[in-house]
Amino acid sequence: MSRYTAVTPDDLKEMLATIGVASLDELFDALVPEGVRLERGLELPDGMTEQDVYDHLRALAAKNVSAEDEVSFLGAGMYDSYVPALIDMLVTRSEFLTPYTPYQPEISQGGLQVMFEYQTAISELTGLPVSNASVYEGPSALAAAGYLARLANKKGKFVISRAVHPHSRETLRTLAVGYGVEVVEVPLRDGVTDPDAWAAAIDDDTSAVFFQNPNFLGAVEDAEALAGAAKNSPAVVVAQYDPITLGILAAPGEVGVDVAIGEGQQLGNRLDFGGPSFGFFAATEAYLRRMPGRIAGETKDVDGRRGFVLTLQTREQHIRREKATSNICTSQALNALAGVVYLTWLGREGIVELGDLLLQRTAYARETLAAVDGVELLHEQPVIREFAVTVDAPVDAVLERLAAAGINGGYALGRDYEEYENGLLIALTEQRTREQIDALASELGAAVAAERATVGASA
Amino acid sequence: MNEPVDPERQLVDSYASSAYGDPHPSNTHHPGMQTPLQREKVETIFEKGRAGRRAFVCPEPGVPTKPRDELLPAKFQRRNAPKLPQVSEPEIVRHYVRLSKRNFDLDSGFYPLGSCTMKHNPRLHERVTALPGHARLHPLQDPKRAQGALELMHNLEHSLAEVSGLPHVSLQPSAGSHGELAGVLLTRAYHEDRGEVRTKVLTPDTAHGTNPATVTMAGLEVVKVGTNEDGGVDLDDLRAKADTDVACLMLTNPNTLGLFDKNIEEIAKIVHGVGATLYYDGANLNAVMGRTRPGDMGFDIVHFNLHKTFTQPHGGGGPGSGPIAVSDRIEPYLMTPRVVKGADGTFDLDYDKPKTIGRLRGFQGNYGTFVRSYAYIRSLGAAGLQDASEIAVLNANYLLAKLREEGVLDLLPLAYGKLCGHEFVLSGAPMKRELGIRTLDLAKRLLDHGVHPPTVYFPLLVDEALLIEPTETETKETLDAFVDSVVAILREAREDPEIAKSAPYSTPVRRLDEAGAAKRPVIRQPLS
Repeated sequence: MSRYTAVTPDDLKEMLATIGVASLDELFDALVPEGVRLERGLELPDGMTEQDVYDHLRALAAKNVSAEDEVSFLGAGMYDSYVPALIDMLVTRSEFLTPYTPYQPEISQGGLQVMFEYQTAISELTGLPVSNASVYEGPSALAAAGYLARLANKKGKFVISRAVHPHSRETLRTLAVGYGVEVVEVPLRDGVTDPDAWAAAIDDDTSAVFFQNPNFLGAVEDAEALAGAAKNSPAVVVAQYDPITLGILAAPGEVGVDVAIGEGQQLGNRLDFGGPSFGFFAATEAYLRRMPGRIAGETKDVDGRRGFVLTLQTREQHIRREKATSNICTSQALNALAGVVYLTWLGREGIVELGDLLLQRTAYARETLAAVDGVELLHEQPVIREFAVTVDAPVDAVLERLAAAGINGGYALGRDYEEYENGLLIALTEQRTREQIDALASELGAAVAAERATVGASA
Repeated sequence: MNEPVDPERQLVDSYASSAYGDPHPSNTHHPGMQTPLQREKVETIFEKGRAGRRAFVCPEPGVPTKPRDELLPAKFQRRNAPKLPQVSEPEIVRHYVRLSKRNFDLDSGFYPLGSCTMKHNPRLHERVTALPGHARLHPLQDPKRAQGALELMHNLEHSLAEVSGLPHVSLQPSAGSHGELAGVLLTRAYHEDRGEVRTKVLTPDTAHGTNPATVTMAGLEVVKVGTNEDGGVDLDDLRAKADTDVACLMLTNPNTLGLFDKNIEEIAKIVHGVGATLYYDGANLNAVMGRTRPGDMGFDIVHFNLHKTFTQPHGGGGPGSGPIAVSDRIEPYLMTPRVVKGADGTFDLDYDKPKTIGRLRGFQGNYGTFVRSYAYIRSLGAAGLQDASEIAVLNANYLLAKLREEGVLDLLPLAYGKLCGHEFVLSGAPMKRELGIRTLDLAKRLLDHGVHPPTVYFPLLVDEALLIEPTETETKETLDAFVDSVVAILREAREDPEIAKSAPYSTPVRRLDEAGAAKRPVIRQPLS
């Protein structure tokens, strides 16, 4: 008997007798053919007590430098936003944490209503009338939008801006092989998608176009113009958004976007080294029956009570099988719960106030850093919560020096963009204060100066 | 049952002990009588609150500010702010706590949902996952400063490799279906690298719907293989369809009927004989840990459902996690980044894999699920994992034997075989014929007994199917009580089938109009 099972020796005897076998071995011999039996035990460590497991996991956690241990300006797709305590309480409630997909709606009204409220919140945020109950996360949501487009118009080309998150671009490339669609990347000019190259790349065989707003370099794109460029083509306009900017940034639904997707982590979810989080996925009415994933809908029970069910299921894999709109069979229900609770907590005024706060602090940080010797802005476009600079020294060495000072300086753009070898992407959350921004500026100045001196000395 | 009682009083009393679940017909035959949860007015959070109410207090900027138009040109600004709710923090808490009470969950009762492995979710896992060193670790942190996370991932990969008998693991996929997609794309890359174009994927007609849906997404064609009289793959049909156009056979073993395919070695021989790969859908891995391994059966690719076998909580339908393990010949194509251990014992992420299919999502996967499943594996150890599978199989077979002993199988016969793996499929066809109630009615009546019903109408090839998976979590007493409930429902239906046909009675809402919901979709709150 191990920690999470409950069969006593007496139970075992009685149960085997009822089954009509003499031993567990006899039961498994009947199940597994002789040729493929594992005749030894698994070669894994022995089990541990609960407190020993806790100690081991705590020791592993202690080997990581988290956003709790340093002042972090690292973003690039996931952000150290504050998670209100009430979310911790709600997502650890058994009733939300431990059920499965609401296959029996009569006993799943709580979860189904949460999905319905989540869909409403995402529709409001994106200005698009149709939202599903969430998908895995951001980059795969973008690739899922590509599949929607491919099934809708059967065209053979995806056009994607180079300013879309590198992980989204790479995920799209991986999956486009399966979709049988060619991927064409449009270059940047002055920190945003080159509008001429963008327009030139879109033609009658374009299945979908993809841009990101604000883009990966933090720059606000002219979304209306980018969407407009696809107007006379069959292409579905897909845009990846940072949801926290949508209190002040024009909604995708206001600027001609057909499908808005994005990473939902910073809406009440932890960093968790990359997941689990959720991806939001919203679209115009035209794509209602082409959506991937779960959708909750309102209905009534036999007595006329208001209720909720999973709906439009004829799109889905368990019914349509090889003709399904997607192979996805889950939503990120628990993470989406955190998302809708977070948006409710922010509220109608808070989402705008938080957007303005990020706008102001980011503007201050950008101006302050631009004044540092050896630091230049990588582009001059408007930004909301993230911006890019170029440092006049090897950026990895500069980041090492900042780390030694207890600051995570951001994301080295050279990892994904050879043209920005010493580029640095700096993100703000509401947790970053003026004092911390000032400290970043002075430590960054010192680090660049020290690296220049090193280079000078060795030259 | 005939003594006079105040039905309303009795119902309220029964609710005092459990959220819902009241099988007594005397409590369920009073039209117009309602339980407290049924009386509750259903309002969404958008229908609550008042203008001006709020929970969030925005920090002061603390920096010199400028007019918004100077920083963000007016043409890029939002014209109509999103109409989010306007509620206080106490209202939020009360609203969502009340909603939670309208859910049935694994912590509240028996949940024998076949194919979903609803096993206990230890709270230790939530505690360790919430440690800031895990929870507030940024996915793009320099690997030098994420050594604990990478070590954990490395150890989990090693454990999954040992359980599956396949040496190379990627933790990246976010769910079982995502792992399947990885597997089929890997197979495609493997064949293409050898200069072969293979267009077909074989799937048994018992397969999960995700299998065929995945194959289409990966640009290949589904070819169905039949099932033999023992519930396994029809070997003659397989031989007839296995040719050099076949890229892969996707198989669940034990399959969705709960049966281990006796011909697995022959199947592997046939599939490998035509140069195709063998894919293992790990949905049912909970039946065999420590007893047999997909790698030893000849599989090239396997996906794990950490939310099934390795007890990541299901969360109401997600998050999941679908790592894959592969053989040597598939390894070069695995997704990047890969976790690697250097000669000096330090860990790193390796992006430099020239033959990789790329990535399937952002970052390194659902790390929070890795922490939980790793904690589970370390808690149980080798012997504990084997014990979990053994008790899962014991419980399923005991439940089956007990149902047989009580005569239930006369009306709901076992679809195939005599014994089972960790789950089994009954057919409600005779019950429908003789008692006039369908599997759906039995399931709905079970709700009044405080039990989550088994999976219904899957697998598709069994008429009126009921797929039951008790898992190792349950005590013998719970299994016996379930048998009593089924027996009681069948006895009741023999006397009056209408009771089951109109069930449930005691749940917060009763049967819902699903057809109407799909015909006139209302999928968000209309807001003014």
